[in-house]
Amino acid sequence: MPDETSTTDAVIHARGLKKCFGEFTAVDGVDFDVAPGEAFGFLGPNGAGKTSTMRMIGCVSPVTAGTLTVFGLDPAHDGARIRSRLGVVPQADTLDNELSVLENLLVYGRYFGLPWSESRRRATELLDFVQLTDRAKDQVEPLSGGMKRRLVIARALINEPALLLLDEPTTGLDPQARHLLWDRLYRLKQRGVTLCLTTHYMDEAEQLCDRLVVMDKAKIVAGGSPRQLIEQYVTREVLELRFNRGEGETDDGAHLDGQLDGLADRIEQLPDRLLVYTADGDATAAAAFERGLRPASILVRRSTLEDVFLRLTGRSLVE
Amino acid sequence: MLALRLSVPSTLTRPTRMVERNLLVYRRTFMVIFSGFFEPLFYLFSMGFGVGALVGAVQLENGSTVAYAVFVAPALLASSAMNGAIYETSNNFFFKLKYAKLYDAIIATPMSLRDVARGEILWALLRGSLYVVGFLVVIAVLGIAGLGLISSPLGILAFPAAMVVGFAFAGAGMAATTFVRKWQDFDFLQLAIMPMFLFSGTFYPISAYPPALQVFVQCTPLYRGVHLIRALTTGNPDVWIAVDVAYLMAMGLIGLWIVGKRLNKLLLA
Amino acid sequence: MAASSAPIAPVAAPADARRGLMSALTAHSSLRVLEHDLLVFRRGWRSYMMSGLSQPFLYLLSMGIGLGLYVNRNGGAPGGVPYLNYIAPALLVTQAMMAAAFESAWPIMSKIAWEKTYLAALNTPIGATSLLAGDIMWIAFRAVLLSVLFFVVILAFGAVSSPLAVLAIPVAVLTALSFAAPIIAFTATQKTDQSFNMLFRFGITPLFLFSGTFFPIEKLPLFIQPLAWVTPLYHGVSLARGFSLGQVDPVADLIHVAVLAGFVVVGLFVARITFRRRLEL
Repeated sequence: MPDETSTTDAVIHARGLKKCFGEFTAVDGVDFDVAPGEAFGFLGPNGAGKTSTMRMIGCVSPVTAGTLTVFGLDPAHDGARIRSRLGVVPQADTLDNELSVLENLLVYGRYFGLPWSESRRRATELLDFVQLTDRAKDQVEPLSGGMKRRLVIARALINEPALLLLDEPTTGLDPQARHLLWDRLYRLKQRGVTLCLTTHYMDEAEQLCDRLVVMDKAKIVAGGSPRQLIEQYVTREVLELRFNRGEGETDDGAHLDGQLDGLADRIEQLPDRLLVYTADGDATAAAAFERGLRPASILVRRSTLEDVFLRLTGRSLVE
Repeated sequence: MLALRLSVPSTLTRPTRMVERNLLVYRRTFMVIFSGFFEPLFYLFSMGFGVGALVGAVQLENGSTVAYAVFVAPALLASSAMNGAIYETSNNFFFKLKYAKLYDAIIATPMSLRDVARGEILWALLRGSLYVVGFLVVIAVLGIAGLGLISSPLGILAFPAAMVVGFAFAGAGMAATTFVRKWQDFDFLQLAIMPMFLFSGTFYPISAYPPALQVFVQCTPLYRGVHLIRALTTGNPDVWIAVDVAYLMAMGLIGLWIVGKRLNKLLLA
Repeated sequence: MAASSAPIAPVAAPADARRGLMSALTAHSSLRVLEHDLLVFRRGWRSYMMSGLSQPFLYLLSMGIGLGLYVNRNGGAPGGVPYLNYIAPALLVTQAMMAAAFESAWPIMSKIAWEKTYLAALNTPIGATSLLAGDIMWIAFRAVLLSVLFFVVILAFGAVSSPLAVLAIPVAVLTALSFAAPIIAFTATQKTDQSFNMLFRFGITPLFLFSGTFFPIEKLPLFIQPLAWVTPLYHGVSLARGFSLGQVDPVADLIHVAVLAGFVVVGLFVARITFRRRLEL
């Protein structure tokens, strides 16, 4: 949850931040602070209000109500000054298809007022950083999804931003491309760039974020480091049990006749399986077996933010 | 925090960044721009000299008679300025706005939507100025060859006058485009441009119309542009050219103002 | 329809038995291509007619009536003909040319490369030749439609001087095809639509302005006149104008028809080659 002591030097500071589109409330009074140099995440399903929040921080969407400062400045009045120190990686690639890979960076540098020579120097460096040097002269259109995303990140870095906003940076990418991207973002973090990202992937949040807030239905429902959240809301391990059910039957747990009582902290019933929250998954599995339960499959795993989300909202994160 | 070497670029230079971007794009398709130079010339030769041979002389508003080519050349210059501005601010602007999502990326930088609008109009005018200069050069060469189409030293002012015409239509065209939802909607724009091109005193004096229609035509923007440039090239400036300039400047500025409002609504939700 | 598919059949030169079967299949499946086009057309025909007819109509008003006032005051068009009657049949032919040229460029490009309608069709028994024949018929169909409508407009303006004027309609359609066939052949060789702008700027627009539409080509400098003779539009305009004014010159008119037909036949022949090369590899 927001750390009151950090508000004075916070890169982003929000209190009661609200965004409405007509009757619809996209962001409903959220509080958070992002400290310099940290990687801060918004975790939540589609439509939770993450993108609306990011757009307000990026000064491209007016705040409806509440307080928001970025670098201590007000987006309503100092939008251009804030944006000059911001790097933005939007959800959809907004590359300039009429320009080559290198020209995309050069021209973007010009939008920030860089001299041509400086823009060229940084563009060359950044292409190297995102491993696209050999594609510099190519058109943008034929690049793969991962390459395009890397180019967008390079573009967002052309002004050497103090804060990088990433809206679902790896959505739609294959595993290999995601890992390459995470690696680059990790390096940026090590260089002291403040990262602020949204995601609906738990593994991404756990990989990248020092601290995160969980958003659901326009509100923040929990916050902390990934570890803290897991410790606070779920047990260390999860036992996943699947039973062979007849056609049309749902697993409402009625057939268990309380056979798992006392073995677990909490049990979640999903349409296809039971999630048994416990400190020691193997021990719980053995105990259940002793009590005569014969599941079709048994899986013991560590708890993740997915479990946190399930606990907080009663729903899965990725539908 | 990383070094904050960046200062916010000044309002004056920011629109030129759009021009730089467009120059980079068109470097590759130079022929597209270059070829636009020929269209008004084709019309000049076809109408001015071909049809001109059938028409003979035409009477100007002040009663003097001139060869048809002298009459039609300034009108073609004004129409060319209009068409150039409309082309750049309709289809091209719509593509960048709706399909390429170009401006969505740009507003994440210190550039404002006002900078974008000003920059695109500046670009349209620069592109148009190429055609205007080309057209005037050809007319000058014809003059040396004995086919004088400009009969007054004031004709040199035809260049800034054509730029004013371009500005008026660029502003208005861009404003109209912000209301366009699909490509077919541009048919309606053509339905406004085409009649203006054909009926604004471009190819024959509006004295051919009944009085009520004359007044109506006099209120349309291309008529004002044609009147302005023709007054200059034929050396017949009257007080109405002040009205022409004021009308066209106002049209461009109001267009620009609407563009600012509309882009804010479309892109900064 | 027969006119457009006939030149295609003879160039298919496999074994005789196969040829019979193929042309039967071709005739049949090209009709299906036409049928598809018609289905699509049902949705957009109003705006198509609007944009196709509004330009020649406005030119008729502006040039024929407005400018005509001044031309007629000066003795009228050659032979003392009222200027409106002089340009009306020419505009009938140019509108058919403009529409056909447009239809043969971007929409065909789209079917080949963008929406890839042709590729989908090729998965069925329909072949490249049928696609070509179908779309040529389709262009001809719309040329007929636009020309008949515009002819009615001209009649309403009283801009025809002879009953023979009705023959200007087939002339317009033939001229349309004399542009459609070579342009389709060209389109099938293009990777992007960039060259189309050039085609219109340096081909179609100058033809519209210099092929005798608005003034007799005798007014052009001597060295340019032969250029007009080799373009189909000049022949279409001369032919249509002759009929409309009731001035028939059998020898000259036969030459005009021969040139137009030549463009159609050669165009289709080349188009068949480029179509197959592009689509059946």
